[in-house]
Amino acid sequence: MANGNGKTGIGERIKEANEKLWGSQVAESILRPGSPFKKGYSDSPRNRSYVVMNNVLYHLHPVKVKRHGVKLSYTLCLGGLSFFLFILLTITGIFLMFYYTPSAETAYADIEALSTNVAFGSLVRNMHRWGAHLMVLSVFLHMSRVFYHGAYKPPREFNWVVGVVLLFLTLLLSFSGYLLPWDQLALWAVTVGTNMAGFVPVVGNEVKFALLAGVEVSGATLLRFYVLHVLAFPFILVIFLAVHFWRVRKDGGISGPL
Amino acid sequence: MTEIPESLLRRSAEAKAKALGLPVEQVLAEMKGEAPPTPPPSEPEPAVQAEGSVAEEMEESAERSAEIEEAVESVDDDPAPAEETAVEPGAEAEPEIVAETEADVPPAAPTEAPPAPTPEGDGGVVSSPEGEGDAEDDGGDVSSPEGEGDAEDDGGVVSSPQGEGDAEDDGGVVSSEDEPAHETEVEPAAAAVATAVEDRPAPAGDGDGAGSGNGAGNGKVASVVSTRPTVPPKGTPEGVRTQRLLTVVKARAIQTVKAEPTDKVNTWPHLMLMEFGALLAITGLLVIMSVVIHSPLLEPANFNATPNPSKAPWYFLGLQELLSYFDPQIAGVTIPTITGFIGFWIIPYVDKNPSTRPSDRKFAIALYSVFLAGAATLTIFGVLFRGLGFNWAYPWQDGIFFDDLRDWVQFE
Repeated sequence: MANGNGKTGIGERIKEANEKLWGSQVAESILRPGSPFKKGYSDSPRNRSYVVMNNVLYHLHPVKVKRHGVKLSYTLCLGGLSFFLFILLTITGIFLMFYYTPSAETAYADIEALSTNVAFGSLVRNMHRWGAHLMVLSVFLHMSRVFYHGAYKPPREFNWVVGVVLLFLTLLLSFSGYLLPWDQLALWAVTVGTNMAGFVPVVGNEVKFALLAGVEVSGATLLRFYVLHVLAFPFILVIFLAVHFWRVRKDGGISGPL
Repeated sequence: MTEIPESLLRRSAEAKAKALGLPVEQVLAEMKGEAPPTPPPSEPEPAVQAEGSVAEEMEESAERSAEIEEAVESVDDDPAPAEETAVEPGAEAEPEIVAETEADVPPAAPTEAPPAPTPEGDGGVVSSPEGEGDAEDDGGDVSSPEGEGDAEDDGGVVSSPQGEGDAEDDGGVVSSEDEPAHETEVEPAAAAVATAVEDRPAPAGDGDGAGSGNGAGNGKVASVVSTRPTVPPKGTPEGVRTQRLLTVVKARAIQTVKAEPTDKVNTWPHLMLMEFGALLAITGLLVIMSVVIHSPLLEPANFNATPNPSKAPWYFLGLQELLSYFDPQIAGVTIPTITGFIGFWIIPYVDKNPSTRPSDRKFAIALYSVFLAGAATLTIFGVLFRGLGFNWAYPWQDGIFFDDLRDWVQFE
């Protein structure tokens, strides 16, 4: 490893360290066969398959996809983007939860403090809010794309239904998050929104009462919306997401070209 | 027995020839039955014992098949490779078809398959015989005799016999778990063999599914036979590898075989690259948006001061707009219930038109487009054209009453 003057060059040292690192038992045990980071990885059809099937996340995908499905113009990645936005929202949401107390007395002050006193607090809050709007939009556009491709036709009928459930859950998530800043906008937007729910025949008032934990928005509503927003709805959404993804594969992958 | 396309045979022959080190022409002739089978080179292999070693065995077979696989996969990137090909087996077992998937096996072997003890495919090969079986193999190429069931296997190949059987196995071992062995027996005479064109035995080779196997055959499995029986059949000469059988199905199960070749590309790197690009783009967009536009935070909530106008979140503003036209019972209930709850859910069950071509579904597309345009118009009206008291207002005259964007463009 020595160069001309008997010293080891920095480049060589890095290379050596790299080899040691990726060839170590620890790295070997972490990386499954086919990982591009694994020592001795080569680009072969077999490894291309391994990359996908030996990774818990990539494994959502089949090893091979129809060629037209890879084209950006076919799906515009809308479904994937919706999912990715959901992940982004989860991450930013967890960050926000550290600084927020769901009580009528402190909620507003918490948001104010978050925007001014917390490092990146304002940025994260903005990302969470705009990300939520984008998600509503992308889920809706995804649905429209699926409709225009007729991708809900047999055998994919049920997955369409699951998708519609996901759309409603997305709306509910967004709506329940709307109240949390506890400012005038939040209070009255939710008042208007829940009033509309009250117009549903037969169960309208019951639904409204259950949502609001009372006949009108109050501190109890805030706690209720908070729990729904950070736990209940995401929990249900993840279950439906799992079914949705699973059915995409089971129903034969992405639908055919027009 | 349908004629197997020459190109297909050749491809298999090339793979086999490569694995065995024989001339291609000789193997090809052999496959066509024009030449006596070449005895496979004896390769001592320890008798595999029962479950524990299945994983190991798969690993090994995966390695052995690597070359075959590569030989076959090298055509992958051609524009329209006949990746999925269906072979229509006749009423009798066709030794050649099976043989082509296994490089070192005497062609006559498949008929020995039925007595195989357990429904453990080791690395598996696909066949989705009856009814709507549509075998899909992520890793390799598969024969998909008929229709739309879905046998799917990430690693190897799978059998999804009889329609609804939907077997998936990542590790490559597929079997019908609840199926007692006796039910998987197939009368040898009536057996037909469907094969996958490419043999990719369980590249995962990690024992994920080894042992029990986790295919779900729905109790209707015609049979999935251990591709390398743990105990070699009697009369097998020492050192000769026993047959890797794909699957055995009842002959009458296969009447017509229809499978369109599908043009596929590897998820890695093609799809992943796209997705990663999309992910970066949306993250970038979101970060830029978040730096430039601030989330609104108005005065603290005050029950005694109703803002004028009070607007719902934007995705409900279309609904609120409707409420200003109609009686709440109609706008708040009937329209959203019909379009939203019921309308969307029943679309796939109402639309009986099987075609997905836009020219065939003008009505559906028109209807949805009207809905889209209507929803968009109402929402835009609600967002921009509603001022004090939710009365009509022109944004260029009266300003925009939409608090979500009150702090629009505020640089830090």
